[in-house]
Amino acid sequence: MTTLPPCGTKKLGLVIDLDTCVGCHACVVSCKGWNTENYGAPLSDADPYGANPLGTFLNRVHSYEVQPESAPTQLIHFPKSCLHCDDAPCVTVCPTGASYKRVEDGIVLVNEDACIGCGLCAWACPYGAREMDAAAGVMKKCTLCVDRIYNENLPEIDRVPACVRTCPSGARHFGDLGDPTSAVSQLVADRGGFDLMPELGTKPVNKYLPPRLKDTLAKAPPKAMPTVNVDAGGFLGWLDRALDSLPGKGE
Amino acid sequence: MHPAPSLIIFTTLSGLGFGLLFWLGLGYPDVSGWVAATFLGLGFVLAGIGLGAAALHLGNPQRAWRAFSQWRSSWLSREAVMSVAALSVMALYGAIWVFAGERLPILGAIGAALCAATVFATAMIYAQLKTVPRWNSWTTPALFLTIAAAGGAALASLVFLAAFLMLLGGILQGVAWVTGDNRAEKPHSTIESATGLGAIGKVRAFAAPHTGENYLLREMVHQIGRKHIKRLRVISMLLGYTLPAIVMATDPGHTEAAVALASHVVGVLAGRWLFFAQAEHVMGLYYGKGQSDQ
Repeated sequence: MTTLPPCGTKKLGLVIDLDTCVGCHACVVSCKGWNTENYGAPLSDADPYGANPLGTFLNRVHSYEVQPESAPTQLIHFPKSCLHCDDAPCVTVCPTGASYKRVEDGIVLVNEDACIGCGLCAWACPYGAREMDAAAGVMKKCTLCVDRIYNENLPEIDRVPACVRTCPSGARHFGDLGDPTSAVSQLVADRGGFDLMPELGTKPVNKYLPPRLKDTLAKAPPKAMPTVNVDAGGFLGWLDRALDSLPGKGE
Repeated sequence: MHPAPSLIIFTTLSGLGFGLLFWLGLGYPDVSGWVAATFLGLGFVLAGIGLGAAALHLGNPQRAWRAFSQWRSSWLSREAVMSVAALSVMALYGAIWVFAGERLPILGAIGAALCAATVFATAMIYAQLKTVPRWNSWTTPALFLTIAAAGGAALASLVFLAAFLMLLGGILQGVAWVTGDNRAEKPHSTIESATGLGAIGKVRAFAAPHTGENYLLREMVHQIGRKHIKRLRVISMLLGYTLPAIVMATDPGHTEAAVALASHVVGVLAGRWLFFAQAEHVMGLYYGKGQSDQ
């Protein structure tokens, strides 16, 4: 059924710290790796080593430049994947029932055996979180690594989404955002976590933590160091002049 | 949005086909026998070509039957259900009409209502999308329904009705363009709300996540041909509505009416191309595509 289920109490999701993310794209690579080797159709690439490589990804990292009124420009790296919305518009538009939201943990998934590849869910998603796989002709999206988080064959430390496990800067957090006492919920409360495009009423479960306030300098920065004298004497001076006299100057 | 030829052909031809079947179901024109069969055949072929083109658009068309299941929530599923219901009822109505020589008005009216519902469902697939502000308006179903009724009336030789509906279609198309431009110029969503970084300052997309293209950009950030928008709008308005409305109002012969209808279809195709090519998806904001950069 593609009508949305009654909202469960458990809402698994990610909290992404825009203050800590260094934009290394390790989460992108680990996501592509895990989701190509495990659940569902592999994330295909077209022309991967050619002039115009094209591929399916479930997680991508954008970079934005933000210019405050009177402070230096900030560069902010911005990982983006499915936000597992409470009011997911991608689910209700699906004509076949392939797209669904789980009652038990709120994860939005695609049953690839029922997906006809019409692409309407990708149109309905404001975040660009769904990509049609060109090889399989079915819609791919973040599964929150549903095949890791409950997988008792994995050591407990690995039972988190691949992107969270791999993040070297600890910018990605996984947990139950439906439980106000969970670590992720408290992190969101403490740091003022926010929704993306709240005006569209999708009620995303994933939250983003804003970059922390930057320091402002109490006094003017020190003057630049004076340029040191480059007219060397002695042996180095001779070497400098000798090299200058050779052909090929300036190369 | 990517102006996929399959979708442009589907929405135009199936609209024309269901428009013709709509008027046939309502008892127009007053013909019988082979002539009636020809009218019905034309309606079924047009609607059928359209549905076939739509099925080709799918990544896995062999599973298309599953699309009949989610009519409770999905406009695309409703369209599938309605189109099959409309064609089935009209097939029954047409068989009784052609072979028994009797037009059952209630059955025809049900068929006509289902034809209208099919076109409405098609339009709502686009109009429901909050992510595409240019489509997210009452003008989308109003225009789709009027165009289908106008083309169908022209095919059903209801020339004066066709002239009126084409005039109405032209007005609605104009309203759709003007209100759509306004929505695109004053978007609810901005790169600041998309990233949530507006509280810090002005946001600019610095680097895309990838150096090449991807599905999202190909499908939803179509930029080609925008420079011809004004010219295409004029062509669509003149050929699609003004010229055929004038010709139809003069009670034309078959040849003139056919030319006017061809002109109408070309104009509607141009308008439908613009409908897709000009529509901006809010997802483009993440890639730094402004809503009004045409």
